[in-house]
Amino acid sequence: MSNIVHDFTTDIPVWKPYVAPLDLAEASAEQLEALKITPSNTKVSDYVLVLAHDVETLKHRSPLFNAVMYNRGGLSRAEREIGAVGASIVNRCIYCAAVHASRYNQLTKDEDVIAAIFSDGADAEIDPRLKAILTFAVKLSKCPSDANTADMAALVEAGLGKDEILDLILSTSLFGWANRLMHTLGEPITE
Amino acid sequence: MAENEDVIAAIAGIEPGSAFAEVVAGRADIMALTQQTHDGALTPENPGGLSHAERAALAWRIAKINDHKGFEDHFEAMLEKAGVPDNAARLADIWFDGGSDLRTKALIRHVDLVAHAPKEATRRDIELLQEAGIADADIVRLSELVAFVSYQIRVAAGLQLMRELA
Repeated sequence: MSNIVHDFTTDIPVWKPYVAPLDLAEASAEQLEALKITPSNTKVSDYVLVLAHDVETLKHRSPLFNAVMYNRGGLSRAEREIGAVGASIVNRCIYCAAVHASRYNQLTKDEDVIAAIFSDGADAEIDPRLKAILTFAVKLSKCPSDANTADMAALVEAGLGKDEILDLILSTSLFGWANRLMHTLGEPITE
Repeated sequence: MAENEDVIAAIAGIEPGSAFAEVVAGRADIMALTQQTHDGALTPENPGGLSHAERAALAWRIAKINDHKGFEDHFEAMLEKAGVPDNAARLADIWFDGGSDLRTKALIRHVDLVAHAPKEATRRDIELLQEAGIADADIVRLSELVAFVSYQIRVAAGLQLMRELA
């Protein structure tokens, strides 16, 4: 018996695809290469197996994702997660929100910020610097983007350097991409 | 097919040698991977069931939905480069819903939904594509196109705001 998760949570659900994941027995050499399948690594998530149908984007996606979220310098890892969470609440990607909210909590050893964001969205009452980051992420994630020069000025006012603002733009935008795959190609369930 | 260009740098007006270019250069690896993904999403070597012209036209449509002039011009130019077959060009017409062609109608409906309001998407939206005869692999290709272009437009929009700070 499985249930679809409709509310934001930090308990990471299982992601169940609506389309058939790639059958590894039918994978091309290029797909196996992009999946980094080796005799010692044959475990690939359903999500990545779904994306393997479009190998010409998948092969760049993993290095790009890791660079945006984990590269040295610039915005802290935790604050990049707020960019990801801001996008994920706009796009209501329950799965992405759960993964990145829980990562924020692990990195900061704090649960109050995420609890406030899950309950009040962009209106969450949080520390001014985080608030400026969340506001910008939420507005950039709208379609069309609603972010403006005042939101950008608020980031500077909150003390973000240009390198940090660049990382926020990238992590927020990255989840405009990830949410549009994760939330539309499958659903979050509890088993 | 790897074109030696950086679409975002051109659209966001990042002038080589400027202080702004120096900030962006701190993430040169990400900007290069973004350009490579653009080429993989728009002009893949194996386009499957979505031609280069259809991809350019749908990307132009996504740029219109995002009200982003720089990317509208970019994808319009890519469509012209792809030879503009009549049936593909119509995909970019925001007032065209696909008419009586089931496949075209399903493609347009899904692109509009995922570009504009992904939060509204459900299992049923994928079933509608499947019922229109679109293979699962092409559904993933279509989804990556919408998702990637939505990302790229946001990166450029953010950089354009950032540029005004300098």
